[in-house]
Amino acid sequence: MTRWMTCQEFLDFLWAYLSGEIDAVQRQEFEYHLSGCPSCVAYMKSYQRTIELGKAAFEPTEDPVPEEVPEELVQAILAARRNRPAE
Amino acid sequence: MDVQTSDAPQDRGELELVARLRAGDDEAFAQLVRSCGCSLLATARRFLRNEEDARDAVQEAFLKAHRSIESFQGNARVSTWVHRILVTTCLMRLRSRHRAAEEPLDELLPRFLEDGHSVVPSWEWDEGPVRDLERRELCATVRALIARLPESFRTVILLRDIEELDTAETARLLEITENAVKIRLHRARQALRGLLDPHMIGGRA
Repeated sequence: MTRWMTCQEFLDFLWAYLSGEIDAVQRQEFEYHLSGCPSCVAYMKSYQRTIELGKAAFEPTEDPVPEEVPEELVQAILAARRNRPAE
Repeated sequence: MDVQTSDAPQDRGELELVARLRAGDDEAFAQLVRSCGCSLLATARRFLRNEEDARDAVQEAFLKAHRSIESFQGNARVSTWVHRILVTTCLMRLRSRHRAAEEPLDELLPRFLEDGHSVVPSWEWDEGPVRDLERRELCATVRALIARLPESFRTVILLRDIEELDTAETARLLEITENAVKIRLHRARQALRGLLDPHMIGGRA
């Protein structure tokens, strides 16, 4: 009979479930918990969505890099290099 | 400098640039600064959240690259190599900084009763079809929320999810074990989920 894990166990080790770093028995326990806990189902979906949104937020289309480096920064770098030759 | 990766499309222009950099060519160095400076500055701002520190880190990274160009092995693009130098530079700066006041963690992470049940049940996020403008606003919100995360959480999300470093490389840079990276990344994602939750559950918030 499959052991019923608590929500705390489920949420603490959700990363291991999603990355597949668990054995078959543990997987069964996770899936058994999911089958009976709508709150953890909702949490898992929103957790996965959080990861997607975190990545999407920094895509070049969403967070474009300015086309030019501030000129004073360029000049500061070039001046610093002139003062510190390669070793 | 021990920052080599494996995206090594070495076209002729790239090989020439490296040769000129090794020869101490001023123009080649200026070209490198102008071509990668923007992306480096954007990355430094994400890690350091302070314009002056970000600019200092970019300058330091270019100078480190200049000093160590002889050790560049050519198994990555020069831009990738300098980018990795910058990330290391940012992490070193963060390590030497005094910690600023940060959002308390406990409220961002799930809380449990003694029997292991969640104190507050989670709700489905109801996102309908997202229009371009809404998507842009949502992404801006996510960036702002990531910037609010405690430094150790923000850093691990930037390294793993944004810079796309693997667990081993992240562990090496943060000087922690791979298992600690996995746990910290999980906590960071949970905290970000906690910050996003009120924005995503609409009328139930």
